[in-house]
Amino acid sequence: MSALFKPSANFIARFSLVAVASVLGGGLLGLWGYFRTPYAQGLQEEIVQPVLFDHRHHVVDDLIDCRYCHFNVERGASAGVPSTEMCLNCHSQIWNKSPKLEPVRRSYFTGAPIEWNRVHQLPDFTYFNHSIHVGKGIGCATCHGRVDEMAAITKVASLQMSWCLACHRNPAPNLRPKDQITSMTWQPPADPAAAQLLASDLMKSYDVNSRVSCTTCHR
Amino acid sequence: MTPPAQAAAEREALAPMPLIAGHPTDAQLNTELLAPIFSPNETWKKLVGLAAMGSGMLVIGLTVTIARGIGMWGNNQPVGWAYDIINFVWWIGIGHAGTLISAILLLFQQKWRTSINRFAEAMTIFAVMQAAMFPLVHTGRPWFAIYWLFPYPNTMGIWPNFKSPLIWDVFAVSTYFTISLLFWYLGLIPDLATLRDTATKRTQRIAYGIFALGWKGSSRHWQHYRIGYLILAGISTPLVLSVHSIVSFDFAVSQLPGWHTTIFPPYFVAGAVFGGFAMVLTLIIPARKVFRFNNVITDRHLENMAKVMLVTSMIVSYGYLMENFMAWYSANPYESYLFFVTRPFGHYAAIYWIMLFCNVIVPQTFWWKKARTSVAWLWIASILVGIGMWAERFVIIVISLYRDFLPSSWGLYAPTWVDWFIFGGTISFFSLLFLLFLRFVPSVALAEVKELNHEMQHEKAHAAGGHP
Repeated sequence: MSALFKPSANFIARFSLVAVASVLGGGLLGLWGYFRTPYAQGLQEEIVQPVLFDHRHHVVDDLIDCRYCHFNVERGASAGVPSTEMCLNCHSQIWNKSPKLEPVRRSYFTGAPIEWNRVHQLPDFTYFNHSIHVGKGIGCATCHGRVDEMAAITKVASLQMSWCLACHRNPAPNLRPKDQITSMTWQPPADPAAAQLLASDLMKSYDVNSRVSCTTCHR
Repeated sequence: MTPPAQAAAEREALAPMPLIAGHPTDAQLNTELLAPIFSPNETWKKLVGLAAMGSGMLVIGLTVTIARGIGMWGNNQPVGWAYDIINFVWWIGIGHAGTLISAILLLFQQKWRTSINRFAEAMTIFAVMQAAMFPLVHTGRPWFAIYWLFPYPNTMGIWPNFKSPLIWDVFAVSTYFTISLLFWYLGLIPDLATLRDTATKRTQRIAYGIFALGWKGSSRHWQHYRIGYLILAGISTPLVLSVHSIVSFDFAVSQLPGWHTTIFPPYFVAGAVFGGFAMVLTLIIPARKVFRFNNVITDRHLENMAKVMLVTSMIVSYGYLMENFMAWYSANPYESYLFFVTRPFGHYAAIYWIMLFCNVIVPQTFWWKKARTSVAWLWIASILVGIGMWAERFVIIVISLYRDFLPSSWGLYAPTWVDWFIFGGTISFFSLLFLLFLRFVPSVALAEVKELNHEMQHEKAHAAGGHP
């Protein structure tokens, strides 16, 4: 009777053990890495909008405060996407013949809202409220980045839970005076001692506390 | 009679039944114990058909649960845990006999484990598989369960709650399954090599050859094998105690009357071994009849198992007694209400009394040798104990939950057809796996039985003075 297995079977047996281990291990490592890439987090992705709206122009050239359009940010859960009427406050007077604003005028006359594409989408099981964050001294730029430099809005924060928790566990370094909330350029004092002093001052005066209970965000 | 001859005769009269009947040679043992693999058995085919059909219930039950959600089950407030956890605890408990037989009895050098350890280990693995299904499915969305259950470096920036016994459970059960599987497989390797060498069909030889991992039976192989086997036995030994202790913490760490009890860990472990041995008997009695293994699985094996059941039954009974004593002694009105009103006279009183009858009264018959050696009674008793242990988990879980602290939160529980399908389905699926095991894998540890056989004949030769 000839031998059941050739000597090469030994190699195949060992190789398949290594192969299974590396495919499993590599797969897990790959997944671990994938969810940490900007691609998986949806960062630096310029989202095309139905209107070529440019934040750079409105913020830098016109010096319009964020809260003029995102009127609800200090009062409600949502910052508020401006209505067409809000655009027309100015654009009924200026650029009112521009073909680029045609979709805005169409929306105004038909009454059909402009269908903006959402950039920051939190899952439904997460409770989030803009007003409490703004009210406790978290600036717009802290989460949304330098909107004044964005042609199209891109996400700069992963919105992953670890990102939320990093600040909820230690809010102090992200606080700023409330009069600087919408500033795109505000920086904490360069001197670390001064920065710490300001942070602890703000913690106290705005009554900021670390909030890490599950039910803070999952209600 | 000369004094030595008289002593020998007296010894003979007191000697227990042999562990291997007759004086089979290695070749006879090969033929006999590998017969189920090489010659098809009609009874086996019928049983497999039945078990496969029954497993269909499991598929239906799980599909409905996953598609429509766990609302298809009967559990709802206040009875938030019911068949899912009852069946989980029942199945995981059953596995414990396998580990006890294979690990603890090995370390204590109990020779009677040899013919039954393979059965018991297979039973452990299949039982743990059924058990693991329940906690996974009861999460509602089992495809997410991996990140709910396992600690891994995730993007959520949190870990599972290490203070919760539920996460200890995940570790306990997954360790238990892994070690049991490795232990079982390692023990199988020499027998798989025997199969490779005795099989006549080339496909069979290759299939068994792959799993035999090139076993040649050289003394170097045996040396490594023994070391590995002992190490795994050493790792398994604490698992016999730890797994069901941790399962009991799921209850004992909470503050519900009937759960919040310090006696739970030892009482759960004893109950697990008790129920597990009952399951071994339930399976092994028909299996040895169908495959005619009577001369290696002798009445002595069955009798020993009955003795283990008697001991563990009495530990469990002591647990019941202590629970009631503590309820009275604590003078806590909720404890007293549960133990002296809800359990014995409540809506589910019948299940409580079934539990007491099956777990406390039935094993008491094992004081009599006649009961321990009557195969029919052993089989009936083992099934009754299986029912009793299931009833125990029902009593612990449902009866503690359905009478909440506030009468306004009282409510009844009734299983739905989906609950029954899943429960019946796991029994069928377990049977299916077990039948496949009987057919394709040596169900008695062949190499070990041969070794024991040689040892016994050697000893006999010594006793007769015939050995040089």
